[in-house]
Amino acid sequence: MRIEERGEPAAPHLSQSSILNPQSLHDPQSSILLDTTQEDHHIARMAAVALGLTVLENAIPTPLPGVKPGLANIVTLIVLARYGWRAAVWVSLLRVLAGSLLFGNFLAPGFFLSLSGAVCSLAALALSMHLPQRFFGAVTHSILAAFAHIAGQMAVVYLWLIPHSGIAYLIPIFASAALVFGTVNGLIAARFMHEAPTR
Amino acid sequence: MYIKPGDFLTLLAGTIGTLWISAAVWSGGVADTAVIRSGGKIFREVPLSRDQQIEVPGPLGTSIITIEKRKARITSDPSPRQYCVRQGWLQQAGEIAICLPNEVSVELKGGAKKYDSLNY
Repeated sequence: MRIEERGEPAAPHLSQSSILNPQSLHDPQSSILLDTTQEDHHIARMAAVALGLTVLENAIPTPLPGVKPGLANIVTLIVLARYGWRAAVWVSLLRVLAGSLLFGNFLAPGFFLSLSGAVCSLAALALSMHLPQRFFGAVTHSILAAFAHIAGQMAVVYLWLIPHSGIAYLIPIFASAALVFGTVNGLIAARFMHEAPTR
Repeated sequence: MYIKPGDFLTLLAGTIGTLWISAAVWSGGVADTAVIRSGGKIFREVPLSRDQQIEVPGPLGTSIITIEKRKARITSDPSPRQYCVRQGWLQQAGEIAICLPNEVSVELKGGAKKYDSLNY
């Protein structure tokens, strides 16, 4: 992504006309133009889809706070396979940031839990994508990322929010949820890519 | 095929790992003694190896604690809601049944005492 600034700064006659004529506010000569690439558009589109899934998922009631299907990770898996790890990082982190703004928990504990989970699963994906592709597909990536996700979250919970060994009792619940939802999300992503091989 | 052979391997490894960590975290260890408290003070410490019934006096009356087959429970208690009686058998180290109004409790202890609460 490049940011370009165009136009001469503040010529007096120009500012005069821009006050009188609102059309000139849209004059490219005096505005900052973001020069976007095709990849930026892909990333933005995918992040928007991921955000939509996050909103959808928040409408689903869960039996235990913190146990969520993580549907947005389906998008991350597809982006990883189609556009590579860098794009997956963008989509995942944009989704976390925009989602937190949407739900109003930016910089709140929930945001840092999402962030740590996302960062750890991206790290797991960075390693697991180098597994031989003949034998390991999206399901493997998804399961490994899901485990990394809860590991990251539990680490933040333990080091920051609840520094008590009692939270270890919750690990089996979260691990089971990661296994189940990781598998399901991986299957959905794999099936989607199988049925829609291009784009 | 969209599911690859290695995926089943990962799924299997994940399942085994989850089961293993569940077993490691949720098994409280083998209990060998029952600590009976009354009014906050230790009334008696009894081994679970011998089956017996113990009567513990409290402010409301007598609670009866039964030890049988390396398990312990509060058999009868004068407390109105009977929570500690309905809790049933205690088997693992760290488990505890408390009859609040009668100030009687039974706690199972294993070889290594684990903390059940910490304050700081």
